[in-house]
Amino acid sequence: MNNQLSLAALKKGQSALVTGISADGDEAMGRRLLDIGLIRGTRVSCVGVSPAGDPCAYFIRGAVIALRAADARRVGLERVLAPVPDACAVPV
Amino acid sequence: MGSAAGGHASGRGAVAERQCPNSKVIALAGNPNVGKSTVFNALTGLHQHTGNWPGKTVSTAQGRCQYDGQELTLVDLPGTYSLSAHSPEEELARNFLRSGEADAVTVVCDATCLERNLCLVLQTLELTPNVLVCVNLMDEAGKKGISVDLPELSRLLGVPVVGTSAGRREGMDELLRQMARVADGQGVSPPGRFAHAADPADKIRLAERIASAAVRYGCPDYTRLDRRLDYLFTSRATGIPVMLLLLTAVFWLTISGANVPSALLSDALFWVQDRLTALFACLSAPPWLHGALVLGAYRVLAWVVSVMLPPMAIFFPLFTLLEDFGYLPRVAFVLDHAFQKARACGKQSLTMCMGFGCNAAGVVGCRIIDSPRERLIAILTNNFVPCNGRFPTLIALITIFFAGTGEGAAQTAKAALMLMAVIVLGVFMTFQVSRLLSATILKGMPSSFALELPPYRRPRLGQVITRSLLDRTLFVLGRAVLVAAPAGLLIWLCANVTVGGVSILARCTSFLDPFARLLGLDGVILMAFILGFPANEIVLPIILMAYLSIGTLVPADDLGALRTLLTQNGWTWLTAVCTMLFSLLHWPCSTTCLTIGRETRSVKWTLVSFVVPTLAGMAACFLTASAARLLGAA
Repeated sequence: MNNQLSLAALKKGQSALVTGISADGDEAMGRRLLDIGLIRGTRVSCVGVSPAGDPCAYFIRGAVIALRAADARRVGLERVLAPVPDACAVPV
Repeated sequence: MGSAAGGHASGRGAVAERQCPNSKVIALAGNPNVGKSTVFNALTGLHQHTGNWPGKTVSTAQGRCQYDGQELTLVDLPGTYSLSAHSPEEELARNFLRSGEADAVTVVCDATCLERNLCLVLQTLELTPNVLVCVNLMDEAGKKGISVDLPELSRLLGVPVVGTSAGRREGMDELLRQMARVADGQGVSPPGRFAHAADPADKIRLAERIASAAVRYGCPDYTRLDRRLDYLFTSRATGIPVMLLLLTAVFWLTISGANVPSALLSDALFWVQDRLTALFACLSAPPWLHGALVLGAYRVLAWVVSVMLPPMAIFFPLFTLLEDFGYLPRVAFVLDHAFQKARACGKQSLTMCMGFGCNAAGVVGCRIIDSPRERLIAILTNNFVPCNGRFPTLIALITIFFAGTGEGAAQTAKAALMLMAVIVLGVFMTFQVSRLLSATILKGMPSSFALELPPYRRPRLGQVITRSLLDRTLFVLGRAVLVAAPAGLLIWLCANVTVGGVSILARCTSFLDPFARLLGLDGVILMAFILGFPANEIVLPIILMAYLSIGTLVPADDLGALRTLLTQNGWTWLTAVCTMLFSLLHWPCSTTCLTIGRETRSVKWTLVSFVVPTLAGMAACFLTASAARLLGAA
């Protein structure tokens, strides 16, 4: 996953497609990411950042899931998609 | 350690108890937070506590209902994202479904998030063909412009599909009818329909295809309001201020709302005490009998009820409203970073919030944390948030010594702010002790976790109020009352039975006194905490009772008189601070200790959970008292 964009680097309001997940020996996390529907090709958007900057909230298959940066780093991304106007990013 | 805390659910297999042999067993499965408990309650008339956060149901519940003369036994399985049997809850759900004990499985799905829910449906279909899909929260989906084509969904899945809004009891009859049918094997496809999607990733893709064929989004922007609220509740600029503001508001409402009913209750109950006294005199009962029953048992009971009931009756519904609304997972999101630094689980915020109500409930709630190490940390530190039994003591002391007893919004606001400061201290201690445990006896790195931030829901006001009053308030009050009367009797006896001219109470308190003074307390206060082991609610009443029986007799039925009584017995602001500190930081009550013993299955960890907060409290009191004395402030 080196030199590749990971979920942890996704900015609020950005969307991208998942290229793969590196469980890195942490089977439990691999399964948990699978349980929430993260597989190759899944579209994810970052919809929120906590006050400390970590964890962040992601919109995944209709649900909002918070992941810590350490875990989000395991999710590889490609092709950051143009932010959908006002769909996820909320400039209040 | 792993086996101590880790085996809690795996050893506790679910077994359906059929009331009559013809009863059909229906399992309710589903993702966390899809309203499974609400469906269960609507069908069975039982009252499983529900809340808008994932993981509310941590063990199975069973109930019965009837359809057309057919009895159905409903088993509410814990909410799981999958049936891969990797967490104790998943294992329990999977084993139950595989055991063949259930005649049918109803998979409850969230209509607003159907795609992910369908993965669980597909996994369930792998285990049994008798599946019914209940698409719940249809009303929420409607509001968001999401429509689900139920017949199409049923055709694609090959099983019956029923749409419900369990909160409003819509679709329940049809659900029951279909349950009875599916339990007889009617209307379902033979097994193996989705044999081609054996791989988890294939199931996700299949669910995606089915969902895109059956779900229509009228408004692509349907999460907009939720995201705006999330910004308010969790952003860097507003997340923490809004959290503190909400907490203070809850306390302000609790304190200001409780004043008047507390005074009324107290007047009424002490009027009854006078009548009882008159009755005893009229029957020419011996003075010791009147003393033991009326001045002992009854008076402590009356104090506990009048001091505790009003704040609880306001706090519990307010808190339940926030819970129902979906705010608690946002607290977990905001506080997660601190738990991460303490190498603990972010879900500990949720168990901490439950501890506000009752620490025993908070300890049971720790089952939502998967990692045994992190679960133990959460269990051992749960007592650092004051439960509802301790709130009245804190509120009373703050009002008496710091906020003034007069009325007026400013004083109440001051009291609410101070109470919030006490809570913040408790949360701070939770972080520090969690970190300390992570670095010493529970070494390890934080495990990964995913926290769902569910959609906000409009709280069901009527339901929240009745449920929180009946289930929580009366339950907690009942427990306190059960302990208060015997404790009142005991303390009266101790105060009035003399050995060598000195009452037993005076002997005990003077024995404890030197040590208690070191902590900024006195012997009476320390003994009240010891006698309050069965229930924290009775600590303040015991203190008052003891002073009344030793010293001058003031009728202490309002806060002004209480202040006089306490200051006459040597209380200063420092005594009040140390008593509040010790109330926040001391051993868990007996119920909580028993619960910790049951959850950890370990005497060692139960002892640790007793010793850690006690040492913390003694240290805090000692340091505070010494510092104040050195500085000559008290």
